[in-house]
Amino acid sequence: MIRALTALLMVLSLSLVAQAVAVDEKPLADPVKEAQARALMKEFRCLVCQNQSIEDSNAELAQDLRMVVRERVALGDTPDNVRAYMVDRYGDWVLLRPPVKTSTYFLWASPFFVVLVILLVVLGRRRSAAVPEPLSHDEAARLAKLLGNGK
Amino acid sequence: MIQRLIPLMVVAALMLLFLGMMLSDRNPKEIDSVLIGKPVPDFSLASLLEGAPALTAADLKTGKPVLVNFFASWCVPCRAEHENLMILAGEYRVPLIGIAYKNEADKARGFLMELGNPFSKTGLDLDGRVGIDWGVSGVPETFLIDGDGVIRYRHWGPIVGDSLTERLVPQLEALQ
Repeated sequence: MIRALTALLMVLSLSLVAQAVAVDEKPLADPVKEAQARALMKEFRCLVCQNQSIEDSNAELAQDLRMVVRERVALGDTPDNVRAYMVDRYGDWVLLRPPVKTSTYFLWASPFFVVLVILLVVLGRRRSAAVPEPLSHDEAARLAKLLGNGK
Repeated sequence: MIQRLIPLMVVAALMLLFLGMMLSDRNPKEIDSVLIGKPVPDFSLASLLEGAPALTAADLKTGKPVLVNFFASWCVPCRAEHENLMILAGEYRVPLIGIAYKNEADKARGFLMELGNPFSKTGLDLDGRVGIDWGVSGVPETFLIDGDGVIRYRHWGPIVGDSLTERLVPQLEALQ
């Protein structure tokens, strides 16, 4: 039991280590600015491992870009300035949250569009699935006979 | 009746969509450069040749199209495209400028010594910061600059297979 607990503790402590990203990097001295830089890093997509942010990518380019973000923040850039700096070089693509503009209207509208289509289909089905006509006199008699024979 | 056809129509539409994506030569890893149509970013880099003057953005405004190639000795695809860079410099007579990306000077020099040097000028981007200013996501990448120093085309990845004659050369000829 104690062994199992120790093992569990060790595994948990390992996962803590795994969460401490970029231990080799020098964080900014000012904790407020460092937090700001960290928050920004989560917004930028890594160009090498494309579904990771530069904050959690191990790619060398992501490391360089983290340095750039820290540098810009240290220089006093606002978050919008830092975003503009990245977009000037890598395009909107680098933002994990795409901006709302003409070229992305369809992207932003598509979830609502899908919901609308589903609603239309569901409503259409409901309407067509009308209540069946009641049994005629003959049919009722036949049904009663069948059920009676079934006993 | 139409209701029954909906699933079939959806499947057919998806198949068409996937077929279209398969047949187009779009590479999802390749991101369009936002620098097309813009002047080259300002920079100054030491040359790989000792004693040669630094490479600057002004060196790219020559009145004639030039190619800027980001390479590194540690980059295997760069090795693969090198033959085509030699052809561009030799047969097509395009001035090529090589920027060694995150590469030590002696290693980059060794690479050019081993495979031949197609570059008329070189620069050493040791920390990769010039690469970032150019929106480089990895090596090799090749930029076509017009006579006014404006970036006209970016070739992402190695120039191998038919990408020399089918992609880069037509862009180059359109400028000449």
